[in-house]
Amino acid sequence: MPSMFAIYRWELRKLRAQKRTYLGLGAAAVIPLIFVIALVTQGGEPRDVVFGRYVHDTGLAIPLVLLLFGSIWMFPLITALVAGDIVAAEDRHDTLKAILTRSAERHHIFAAKALAAASYAIAAIAITGVVALVAGILASGFNPITSLSGTEVSAPHGLALVGASMLVYLLPILAIASIALLLSTALRNSGAAIVGTLMFSLLLQLVDILPGLSALHPYLLSTQFNAWQGFLRTPVDWAPIVRAVWICALYAVPALVAAGLIFLRRDVASE
Amino acid sequence: MPEGPAAGGAPPIEVRGLTKRYGEIVAVDGVDLTIEPGDVFGYLGPNGAGKTTSLRMMLGLIRPTAGSVRVFGRDPQVSVAALDGVAGFVEAPSFYPYFSGRRNLELFAALDGPAIGSAARIDEVLEVVSLRDRAKDRVRGYSHGMRQRLGIAAALLRSPRLLILDEPTTGLDPAGMRDMRELVLDLAARRITVLLSSHLLVEVDELCNRVAIVRKGSIAYEGSLAELRQTAGLSYLVRTTDDERAREILSRQPNVRAIEADTSEGLSFKAADERSVGHFSLGLAEAGIGVLELSPKHATLEELFFRLTEDRASPAPHAAEPAETPVAA
Repeated sequence: MPSMFAIYRWELRKLRAQKRTYLGLGAAAVIPLIFVIALVTQGGEPRDVVFGRYVHDTGLAIPLVLLLFGSIWMFPLITALVAGDIVAAEDRHDTLKAILTRSAERHHIFAAKALAAASYAIAAIAITGVVALVAGILASGFNPITSLSGTEVSAPHGLALVGASMLVYLLPILAIASIALLLSTALRNSGAAIVGTLMFSLLLQLVDILPGLSALHPYLLSTQFNAWQGFLRTPVDWAPIVRAVWICALYAVPALVAAGLIFLRRDVASE
Repeated sequence: MPEGPAAGGAPPIEVRGLTKRYGEIVAVDGVDLTIEPGDVFGYLGPNGAGKTTSLRMMLGLIRPTAGSVRVFGRDPQVSVAALDGVAGFVEAPSFYPYFSGRRNLELFAALDGPAIGSAARIDEVLEVVSLRDRAKDRVRGYSHGMRQRLGIAAALLRSPRLLILDEPTTGLDPAGMRDMRELVLDLAARRITVLLSSHLLVEVDELCNRVAIVRKGSIAYEGSLAELRQTAGLSYLVRTTDDERAREILSRQPNVRAIEADTSEGLSFKAADERSVGHFSLGLAEAGIGVLELSPKHATLEELFFRLTEDRASPAPHAAEPAETPVAA
């Protein structure tokens, strides 16, 4: 019987062979570049967003501004592009019957797919972060950054805080990936799963801006996209970060369990 | 039936009361089936009879509504380990179109475990199906016949003891069909048990020693082809100088039945034994009727198949009476 790691490696190879993977990762790399080029050539700054006023002072502000922009549709879309397809593609190619009649258990195959989708999402965030940092530092320098509390943070310390912010930002991204995986498994259609995930993400952001539902705001997935800002306070505000951990788990775990159960119990019949 | 490790003497496939319902539709209805080691077993039925649904349940892809499947004594619904030594495909074999043929085989070999699928073994099975030259091409560009052959290669990678093939020659040109049949015969000669689902009667007649004929989800007949032909009884054909009078004489003979005179070839009839046929020939001679031809005529598999699967005909003697159920999708 193959190890789960062996199946996972093959799931990564499948992703490497598909254009959608490069489309998503390419967007994750190109969008920060376009943003930095626009800043350099057009001047000005996005003053309405947190750290927007510092984009010309330090390159460290660039990835943080992109995290804010990316939460609306960019990262949910990039994530759903693969997570929403990873099971549905097997239905599209009718390959489930081929892989489920070898020697790999269904739960191992599902776990490998979930891990591969998560790996891709992590890679997308990492690429955006690295490209934004490098391009930002080249454009604006590796300078200290001013925290949300108004204190100046040294450049090396700021770099560590940006890295930590990226890690926390991954929590809602992985929750989105879990929801996309659920839709991919349940709907067996890539397009429906990708659009469904995006609609879900946008719906939560709509709820987020409705004043009458403010009691719900701390528990919305969209709110957790801002949890990283806790790192940019002095001292570090752990409350939103801890809340993001369990709230994202509340979204991700039921979605993963439901997707897993559907995958394990489904009949693999021709459509 | 035992669980856990493969039972030593367990048959390759043992199915009891296998049933699959989709709402009101009964796709498979109480199928009982035993495939013995070394069989080339034909699973025969018209399109929509429930053959593929049955195969999917045997491979653990579909959960039965009722009944049980044992593959070498183990239940494929419990663990995929029940499929150790089992390979094949249902409907058309499927592959990742963005991978080459070789890369697809490497993937399947990886899913079989670390002991399977060395590069040499992959070369070997590609050679068997004559695809080594195209192994580096993406499957997206393969013809239907090449995909069928790659499906056989993927199955052979597992060094199977039981090979399940669902309509393996469908869509192949005559040369491809011939090659596929030769391959199945070659595998059978190597004592690999083969379950061959097909609606091609010639193919089954040529390849299989035992058959099950499926009608509307139920088994209408299970047994050897020889027994099936025996159950139909032996027919005779007679051509004479005067078929009208010959028919009168025939109708007076004891142990003769089912006389059909509407054939342009002469008269056909069934006789209980050869002695009755002898009496009939003497009767013709006494009446001064010349015998141009008197020969035994075996029912073709096609005749038996239609007799068993079409509503207008009565089932063959001793064959299980099929239940009236909706046709599977």
